[in-house]
Amino acid sequence: MTIDTNGYPPEVHARLGADAQQILARYPEPRSALLPLLHLVQSEDGYVSPAGIAFCAEVLDLSRASVSAVATFYTQYKRRPNGEYTVGICTNTLCAVMGGDAIFDRLSAHLGIGNDETTEDGRITLERVECNAACDYAPVMVINWEFFDNQTPTSALDAVDALIEGRPVTPTRGADSVATFKEVSRVLAGFDDGRANEGVGAGLATLEGLKLARSQGWTAPAMDGSDDALEQGGTSGTQPPGAQPVGDVGSSAERKPTTPADSRADTVEKVDQKGPQA
Amino acid sequence: MSTTLAPSLSDIWDADRSWTLKTYSEHHGYEAWRRAIHTDPAKLIETVKDSGLRGRGGAGFPTGLKWSFLPKPDGGPRYLVVNADESEPGTCKDMPLLLANPHALIEGIAITSFAIGSNHAFIYVRGEVVHVYRRLLAAVNEAREAGLLGENVLGTGYHLEVTVHAGAGAYICGEETALLDSLEGRRGQPRLKPPFPAVAGLYARPTVVNNVESIASVPGIIRGGADWFSSMGTEKSKGHGLFSLSGHVTRPGQYEAPLGITFRELLDMAGGVRDGRSLKFWTPGGSSTPILTAEHLDLSLDYESVGAAGSMLGTRALQVFDETTSVVRCVTRWTDFYAHESCGKCTPCREGTYWLKQIMHRLEAGQGTESDVDLLLDVCSNIEGRSFCALGDAAAQPITSGIKHFREEFEQGLHTPAWELFPYEANAAFSGATR
Ligand SMILES: Cc1cc2nc3c(=O)[nH]c(=O)nc-3n(C[C@H](O)[C@H](O)[C@H](O)COP(=O)(O)O)c2cc1C
Ligand code: SF4
Ligand code: FES
Repeated sequence: MTIDTNGYPPEVHARLGADAQQILARYPEPRSALLPLLHLVQSEDGYVSPAGIAFCAEVLDLSRASVSAVATFYTQYKRRPNGEYTVGICTNTLCAVMGGDAIFDRLSAHLGIGNDETTEDGRITLERVECNAACDYAPVMVINWEFFDNQTPTSALDAVDALIEGRPVTPTRGADSVATFKEVSRVLAGFDDGRANEGVGAGLATLEGLKLARSQGWTAPAMDGSDDALEQGGTSGTQPPGAQPVGDVGSSAERKPTTPADSRADTVEKVDQKGPQA
Repeated sequence: MSTTLAPSLSDIWDADRSWTLKTYSEHHGYEAWRRAIHTDPAKLIETVKDSGLRGRGGAGFPTGLKWSFLPKPDGGPRYLVVNADESEPGTCKDMPLLLANPHALIEGIAITSFAIGSNHAFIYVRGEVVHVYRRLLAAVNEAREAGLLGENVLGTGYHLEVTVHAGAGAYICGEETALLDSLEGRRGQPRLKPPFPAVAGLYARPTVVNNVESIASVPGIIRGGADWFSSMGTEKSKGHGLFSLSGHVTRPGQYEAPLGITFRELLDMAGGVRDGRSLKFWTPGGSSTPILTAEHLDLSLDYESVGAAGSMLGTRALQVFDETTSVVRCVTRWTDFYAHESCGKCTPCREGTYWLKQIMHRLEAGQGTESDVDLLLDVCSNIEGRSFCALGDAAAQPITSGIKHFREEFEQGLHTPAWELFPYEANAAFSGATR
């Protein structure tokens, strides 16, 4: 197999290169593409590999050291090959108290691995995760960043055993099944996998207040439509941004040009018409 | 007089396929945008100012005022960046909002972008909630296909791109300037302010950064009017807000109410503390807001009242702990969190959280030394007010407020492990939990 200087075989390099162009098109400045590019690299290799770092560096014309410096800052970027499924147990305070600690301990003992370690078969990486914005469903487990709400040690064990045996598991609030680490990484790089319509809109806890309001007949004040402030406001309307000249003293208008956008009068148009994101 | 719930953003959440454009359109979706796009942008900003809306991301800064800080257009780009990083421990409102109805945010983005003269908006969503990311991507596509975003929006000549950007796991990226650095493809470390993002934000261009719930509240304000919004809430804390109850309550969940509802009212609505147990302590707005106790049950949950009680309204993340819970255990875990998430840019926070963590672990294990409680306070006073960003200040809050209300429990950490004083298995949502 031929390996080009950047580490990826030519056909992989070409395919990722085409993806990278789509990512770049979403941003006015190329460097903004770095986080999605790192997710993309993980979708190929299952971690941020040396080849992946070289690839990002090449696409963005950065040094490999700069790319590494960014990659190591963020916990979702893995420095070692990740398991097919990241099983994250929230052990931030609220979930820990509600049983997250006990769940983590049970899984750790069962799998024979500790925090941020991967089973020998490469199936499962176990992680303690910080608050995952689902505290009303504590204790919370996330598998490849899909919610498994209101867990017990037994329910968590069952899910993990299913993954090990290759049986599908179903998130409480998420897609109908859990995609692999690589597949999810590709979504996080901004490539829609067409699964947005799977799963529920809201879980039970999310609806708790609304349910109570419905049963009590509580509503927000009615919008009577009498407030027509907007209508009286005149219709100078859709003045294009940038139509008015110069900024105030000390504003960004006075700063030295530092980006290409600064020195072109047509920036608003050009920069923002870069086309849809994937 | 008792306050009732006021479902506004949450009103659509129980609808069939609530996240789709079709469902949203059947519930007045994009009516506000269709009107706003034919309105003078200055008028839109004025309306949001008049509504009294204050930022829902924690700090409570008046939203319309923030928009008005942008310098006059100079021909270059200006940006709207929506903060969907939601990582403050206890905070769990933006993710369910986006899962259930991403279009409320997209419509708010359209109106806000138009009002501030932006043609490109970004949603920075934390990378650890993949289904929310999917729903956002799909919603942006649906809106674009319907002509509500993209080029020549609704035939007016206005164009608007919306980029949904996934983070990669870093609490500090919720801090608005760290978020901007992260969005520029760098390590997410805060920037020196001033200049504020309004003057030099994304790519050093004028930028508005707002929380998801702030922006999602805008369509309602435009449709119902400033008076409608400000008819809810208190004199200085207007409108509706999502209150997220979690922990030892009978029915944890999202409760949308006018600001100024009391904690007791909300707790009652959530069925009270679980199993007839009693309240020990709670956070009004996430782990960064000083803890309060049963003494504060009747506190009105508005910015001013919670501030006067020595805490902050923050993100209205009401984490509730009953009398079986060890304060020392909780504070230790929050301290682990801040040490883990400290970005390392400044010394007081980077080194201070490291030391706080060691001391807290000693105390939790019942192996504290005589001077530890004072040492904690000393370290905290060297972090608070001396750190580069608010994360440092936040790291001190659980400790100083914990000691203020429960000093004796910290002192017990000189000789008795927290798990002996408060057996951890008694805390869990299920029985039979062992350490
Ligand atoms: C450490 C830290 C984390 C933060 N995390 C968030 C967050 O996840 N979401 C958010 O909206 N604001 C967060 N903020 C507040 C933002 O800096 C900013 O004030 C907010 O996004 C402004 O929006 P708003 O005015 O609409 O509230 C955080 C602040 C700090 C210091
Ligand atoms: S206070 Fe902490 S998070 Fe903020 S800049 Fe300093 S080290 Fe970074
Ligand atoms: S503490 Fe676990 S999801 Fe918030």
